[in-house]
Amino acid sequence: MSNSNEIELNGKQEFTITAYTENRIGILNRIAIIFSRRKINIESLNTSPSEIEHIHRFNILIHETEEVVRKLCRQIEKQVEVLKVYYNTNEDIIWQEMALYKVPTDTIAERAPVERLLREFGARAVVIRKDYTVFETTGHREETDKLIEVLQPYGLIEFVRSARVAIIKDSEGFNRKLREFERREPGEEVIENEFLDKEKNVFTM
Amino acid sequence: MDTAQEVTNTLTEPKKTTNVSGSVALLEGLIAEGTDTIFGYPGGAIMPIYDALYDYNDKLKHILVRHEQGATHAAQGYARTSGKVGVAFATSGPGATNLVTGLADAQIDSTPMVCITGQVFAHLLGTDAFQETDVINITTPVTKWNYQVTDASEIPAVLAKAFYIARSGRPGPVLIDITKNAQLQMFDYEGYTPCEHIRSYRPKPVVRKEYIEQAAAMINTAKKPFILFGQGVLLGSAEQEFKAFVEKSGIPAAWTIMGAGAIPTDHPLNVGMLGMHGNYGPNVQTNACDVLIAIGMRFDDRVTGRLDKYAKQAKVIHLDIDPAEIDKNVKADVPVWGDCKETLPLLTELIEEKKHTDWLAEFRAYDKIEQDTLIQKELNPTEGEMTMGEVIHQLNVLTKGEAVIVTDVGQHQMVACRYAKFNNSRSNITSGGLGTMGFGLPAAIGAKFGTPDKTVVAVIGDGGFQMTLQELGTIMQTEVNVKILILNNRFLGMVRQWQQLFHEKRYSFVNITSPDFVKLADSYYIAGKRIDERAQLTGALEEMLNHPGSFLLEVMVAQEHNVFPMVPQGMSVAEIRLK
Ligand SMILES: Cc1ncc(C[n+]2csc(CCOP(=O)(O)OP(=O)(O)O)c2C)c(N)n1
Repeated sequence: MSNSNEIELNGKQEFTITAYTENRIGILNRIAIIFSRRKINIESLNTSPSEIEHIHRFNILIHETEEVVRKLCRQIEKQVEVLKVYYNTNEDIIWQEMALYKVPTDTIAERAPVERLLREFGARAVVIRKDYTVFETTGHREETDKLIEVLQPYGLIEFVRSARVAIIKDSEGFNRKLREFERREPGEEVIENEFLDKEKNVFTM
Repeated sequence: MDTAQEVTNTLTEPKKTTNVSGSVALLEGLIAEGTDTIFGYPGGAIMPIYDALYDYNDKLKHILVRHEQGATHAAQGYARTSGKVGVAFATSGPGATNLVTGLADAQIDSTPMVCITGQVFAHLLGTDAFQETDVINITTPVTKWNYQVTDASEIPAVLAKAFYIARSGRPGPVLIDITKNAQLQMFDYEGYTPCEHIRSYRPKPVVRKEYIEQAAAMINTAKKPFILFGQGVLLGSAEQEFKAFVEKSGIPAAWTIMGAGAIPTDHPLNVGMLGMHGNYGPNVQTNACDVLIAIGMRFDDRVTGRLDKYAKQAKVIHLDIDPAEIDKNVKADVPVWGDCKETLPLLTELIEEKKHTDWLAEFRAYDKIEQDTLIQKELNPTEGEMTMGEVIHQLNVLTKGEAVIVTDVGQHQMVACRYAKFNNSRSNITSGGLGTMGFGLPAAIGAKFGTPDKTVVAVIGDGGFQMTLQELGTIMQTEVNVKILILNNRFLGMVRQWQQLFHEKRYSFVNITSPDFVKLADSYYIAGKRIDERAQLTGALEEMLNHPGSFLLEVMVAQEHNVFPMVPQGMSVAEIRLK
């Protein structure tokens, strides 16, 4: 079992921060600075559009004391383009990470009890080519780690893991409020730099 | 009425537009926001805006500074005295990077400011074009918000947002970077609509009644309550509400340097200055009170000294508009989120009228000790070299506490904050959080533009003056009336003091030579005088104050004089040293 739920002697434990932000260029930087200037390491960071158009959702995993996390969240929420921030311990959330494993097709086909592996680890073959095969699993860190160990002897070529994505168990989430926000005052499209490709056709000195 | 007609018109007809350039839209927006003065410096990437400015001479006063850092400090001085948003212009690249110090200063001291920088053409962004720097990323940590405009049609809404963010909630600096094509581009301008709401931005937290009630109950049962107030009172324009609270509660109140002047220095319940070089009583009593009421102050480490020995015996009530400040340094027992202009009256309503006579007498007893062992000698010496304290004291006598005092950073700053009297709010302009040498001269220029009817005196050290003395050129050209008081100790005094006290007098690079400041002023056609004898002091100060225009007075003061009291770094506030 995972020991990541445990509070260590120094009071630190894993916290998942969930932040809802406007979809704006630069907001990632503003949030990242809040961590870096306090010398706090981000273990994993995921950002993507949320279920509501124009609103993005960040999942940030850090290993810290609750007091530090609370202060960090207030600093994040203070940013003009941040709508709401939550922080949760591992007990409060359902979370997953996704992993991809690339292994040589010949060895894996010849030597490994592939079917058993797949079943045991709940993995899925995403791509099977002559030269290599890509498997995928999702789960907690320890689970995706295990398959690395097993695949290592079969010549694991490459491995990649996603950041954590998490859903808060409690609460009805922020969805209703977000929808309400978006209905009352729809977010703005991010203006992309339409001039970037046009080079000299726009203006020159 | 006309308005009714207008409403129907907007419903039936398309909005009236005019075809204008981004630059014109920007200037129109600034005027709509009430801007009358801009501090700036032109360059290639902001030329279209300057070109448009040529036709706005009658509506917008532009002050040509001598360095962009000066523009930001002047805009800060303007904002701090006038209560309005300061505005600064700079070109791309080096122009923009020169703004960083002023932005950082404004950010930490919560000063509302909007800076506009020109940027290279949008199609050149990210190509290391001539004078291109990534201004947005450079300024992100030192702005409350920033934004890069690449299309003219964005300008009105972005500017409106900028002003709203700069001045609302906890104020701060905002930067808008505008590419040159957006400045030139023509678009259909619908007029300017101020911004009053941004969906992801809550400038003021909702006031929670239960906390007000808890705070009032705590205050009503307190035996030795103590108020600490900071700039939040001024920023919320809550001076009246604050005075009412203090007077009804009868609680002694002490100030951070950023809160100076929120109530007059001589108010009977004003017990003095907090912090490293603050007064004896308020520092010691912080560790003796039973309830500490912090109002619009953020427990800066220069105020708290060692945190683990700070007010441990006291219950803490913290009033602040910025929820992130509550519990940040000192844990609050009762957090009162909100603008103190709203929360203070609610609190005043619930508290009992009291007079804490005995408790107040304790403060006065400490005052007496500080007066006898220190202040008396500092302000009224009869022999030896002149002290900074006596210069400020004489200045006080002559200005009757009515002047705006702008300081630079160092010993003279602490002395000025300690000994100047502030009868009025917004009359102590100093770089509190960043401690920026070079702030004083340009900030004083801005302060005078912000409050033209007041006497503005810049108190500056010989070191800090040499950091931005080029702004004498701005004074010359604009003929702004600023009194410059240089307290010359021929040292980087504050650093020397630390070296003396904590580094065995190893005076490493604190010995600073100066040009002939009076001659220098003269070359800028600014009147001046140098004095080095006590007998000349009052006369010279009078001459400076009575002079019709700017005047530079250099006073030679004691070389190795220290500012006391002092809470040495790493010590508790109760361990404040008188010598
Ligand atoms: C830009 C900047 N550089 C360095 C410092 C560090 N510093 C703080 S006070 C001080 C000495 C100031 O000397 P001076 O201007 O002569 O004033 P005095 O202390 O003698 O009154 C220095 C170097 C600073 N605050 N700001």
